[in-house]
Amino acid sequence: MTINQSGWRPTMGNSGDEVAEVEGATFTGNRALMLEEPLIFERGSVDVTGVDIEDAPKVASRLGGLERNRDIGLPGLSEPETVRHYTRLSRQNYAIDLGLFPLGSCTMKHNPRLNERVARMPGFADVHPLQPVDTVQGAFAVVDELADWLLKLTNMTSIAMSPKAGAHGELCGVLCIKSALEKRGDTERKIVLVPESAHGTNPATAAFAGFKVENIPATPEGRVDLEALKARLGPDVAGVMITNPNTCGLFERDMKAISDAVHDAGGYVYCDGANFNAIVGRVRPGDLGIDAMHINLHKTFSTPHGGGGPGSGPVVLSEALAPFAPLPFVTRQADGSLHLVEEETVGEDHPDSFGRMTAFHGQMGMFTRALTYILSHGADGLRQVAEDSVLNANYILRSLEDVLEAPFGPSGPCMHEAIFSDAGLAEGFSTLDIAKALIDEGFHPMTMYFPLVVHGAMLIEPTETESKGSLDQFIGALRSVAGRAKAGDETLKSAPHFAPRRRLDETQAARKPMLVWKDPVQAEAAE
Amino acid sequence: MRYLPLTDADRGEMLARVGAATIDDLFVDVPEHARFDGPIPNLPLHASEMAVERHMGRLSRQNLSAGDAPFFLGCGAYRHHVPASVDHIIQRGEFLTAYTPYQPEIAQGTLQMMFEFQTQVARLLGCDLANASMYDGSTACWEAITMARRVTRRAKAILSSGLHPHYVSVANTMAKFTGDVLETGLPELTAEPDTASLIDRIDDDTSCVVVQYPDILGRVSDLSELAAACHAKKALLVAVVTEPVALGALKAPGEMGADIVVGEGQALGVGLQFGGPYCGLFACSEKLVRQMPGRLTGETVDAEGKRGFVLTLSTREQHIRREKATSNICTSSVLCALAMSVHMTLLGEKGLRQLAARNHARACQTADRLAKVPGVEVVNDSFFNEFTVKLSKEARPVVRDLADKGVLAGVSLGRLWPDAEALANGLVIAVTETVTDEDIEALTSGLEEALA
Repeated sequence: MTINQSGWRPTMGNSGDEVAEVEGATFTGNRALMLEEPLIFERGSVDVTGVDIEDAPKVASRLGGLERNRDIGLPGLSEPETVRHYTRLSRQNYAIDLGLFPLGSCTMKHNPRLNERVARMPGFADVHPLQPVDTVQGAFAVVDELADWLLKLTNMTSIAMSPKAGAHGELCGVLCIKSALEKRGDTERKIVLVPESAHGTNPATAAFAGFKVENIPATPEGRVDLEALKARLGPDVAGVMITNPNTCGLFERDMKAISDAVHDAGGYVYCDGANFNAIVGRVRPGDLGIDAMHINLHKTFSTPHGGGGPGSGPVVLSEALAPFAPLPFVTRQADGSLHLVEEETVGEDHPDSFGRMTAFHGQMGMFTRALTYILSHGADGLRQVAEDSVLNANYILRSLEDVLEAPFGPSGPCMHEAIFSDAGLAEGFSTLDIAKALIDEGFHPMTMYFPLVVHGAMLIEPTETESKGSLDQFIGALRSVAGRAKAGDETLKSAPHFAPRRRLDETQAARKPMLVWKDPVQAEAAE
Repeated sequence: MRYLPLTDADRGEMLARVGAATIDDLFVDVPEHARFDGPIPNLPLHASEMAVERHMGRLSRQNLSAGDAPFFLGCGAYRHHVPASVDHIIQRGEFLTAYTPYQPEIAQGTLQMMFEFQTQVARLLGCDLANASMYDGSTACWEAITMARRVTRRAKAILSSGLHPHYVSVANTMAKFTGDVLETGLPELTAEPDTASLIDRIDDDTSCVVVQYPDILGRVSDLSELAAACHAKKALLVAVVTEPVALGALKAPGEMGADIVVGEGQALGVGLQFGGPYCGLFACSEKLVRQMPGRLTGETVDAEGKRGFVLTLSTREQHIRREKATSNICTSSVLCALAMSVHMTLLGEKGLRQLAARNHARACQTADRLAKVPGVEVVNDSFFNEFTVKLSKEARPVVRDLADKGVLAGVSLGRLWPDAEALANGLVIAVTETVTDEDIEALTSGLEEALA
């Protein structure tokens, strides 16, 4: 009997693309610290539980005759089996706690554990969003204090705290713009201009809010083409969505000129603030004439990404857009108490709000983490964050541009991320091969094939929490891999060789989607 | 600065390598007018771990936390006991500090967990498949309405009056901008949900009917007839579940014919957290998968034929389709999904059924006890762990008064519908396994006093 039929088998690279299996595969597929783990559906049982629940008192059921009679099909595991299952799975993940995670535009920095401890304080973690407002004044104080910091750091008028992620924040900003246009009766503006270097969420957001999207090209040096933008402005344009610092890792030098031109043409400026960590404490977006910008609290102010979420995306607003901010929000009363503006008081306090965009007040768990991080750094430390993240990125850029093509290297210093292209690799070698080879070197790869304006893009963001030593290691590894890719080393093409899995077949996954587990016996019977 | 590893000597060496004299030389692209020099005024400087913890602790203690009071609030956020090992697992750095699994070879832990989560959720909700989570229940609900519009090419959605008013609010907000037409209404304080009236209103322009199960007043009703009525007009039935523990006792919406089932997973593993982060659930039938928003994990094989998992069907998503994407959602609540998945694994079918049975029985006991209080009338015939009472006076000030006595009594309908006089005396009471006999006594005597 084999317990783990599809399991991991330790393999080792040798010369060429030949990869030989290590002598003597094991009975379980496990070897020393390299452990395979079946699915809970393959090992658990519907009769097993890892919790002890007190008996239910005997009462007549009042479920309206809708008792669930059929099996649900949820296997259980005892507590030790559960802990072991997830601990084993965790060991198949790369994470920032294990090493450098240079994903450009994703900002993977150290996650201080004080933030986690604070977020779990019962006064934050164990309070209900609909408790009477005077029983949660401390929670609203967190919102208020964080809002104050964000407004001062951005020099903006007002802030909407409820958006639940960066893209949700974009939606909030775009809805503010649409509300402002409607309020002034300017409903013929149906176009939102989006530079081609923008995050994919920008055009998706504009479309989701009912706008049409038109692209604006980038200049050869990687910035928005100001002349092209100006030429497209007109009475049908609602506004522009722009990322600054942009996804080429560059500061948009013409940002103020762009804002002025858009305003002169009657539109509004949305700024994607995903990369705020590059300029926090050194540049205040409010000084650049923008009308709305979301701040990814999880990026700039360090909430752990948790495998892809949750995030949090408060939106700072200019005076022009402030009246349209969503419900609910917190205001301070004359007596110092904090008050929650909801539907009932909206008429008097905030008549032009576009409404509610999520059930409750936003991502409180992220607010406590972000505020903790901000207080830890202070105004001086946040500025140092921007400086060190920019210094680290430029150090990467200048240490690698002799082995990898850096399309915007000559454009001057980069901000918090450095971009390279696949130009100069040997015939048939790609960015993907470099990324997968980095895995064998013990690093998480950089962002690949983004932004689209650079062919075979490799976008590297080291962040400010990397030491010079860890940067030097990464630079050494990437120089070596780049050298092999230029020399046509075929072993790269089958990398990774040492990860828990070899390259995975994504085409098959999309062509014949298997999105839930099916019992093999039943699945076979069904076919 | 404890989180910043560079020393001044490092900075000097690195600037030399970069070819810059000072750090300002790296900010040359920032025009003069946009520069900000020196720390921002009126903001404090950096602080020690101890000082920050003390400050945040002080703010935390200004709140009355659920564990410190008899607690009966629900309406979309529920207090259940979360086993200690759930938090232990989500705090493992390899889960906590990983990114979206863009490199599947070194992200199998997260990917396998997401695949398991999708399977657990699909089974719990009674659907073919589920995605890897959304922001929360309210945004998942709106995404379901837009998905129904894409599938049916119709723009009119009928929302049950039993749907959480904040979910309705979110949908109304969005519909103002997208051109969707929503029909909504106020619930009545009666034992009967509005199923008959929903069926009457379905027509050839209807994209979907959205119904909550159990509904905002805690009532449950068979959705089969409603599903059949929707399907007869080629409309979809969207069911919203805000309390997933209920499905340990109640028939699943998918089993009764719902085409899309969305919900809030918070009750399992996530905790109250003052409203967020939560875990939006999204499940549907197999034939609708390519119209589904959000992230999906699929099974595949690696170059050696071993089973592995990858993010898949991403051609629906914003990073590929840009303005043609099914949604602008670019993430999922993976860590919350992990918490929910671990909790479901610990419970298993047996534990979930026991938990649900205990919730229901305790709620029945509480309802019976409250029914004896003068001035209290229990509205529901049917319910799971949450029911509505009609008080002899306005509920909102009563809740306020009970909070002064240290009892968090429930959610007044006046908080949810400030302008609806007919609902002002309604109070929704949630009773989970965390509620003790003493808690029930405190609530009862508090209400007796307030209504005397």
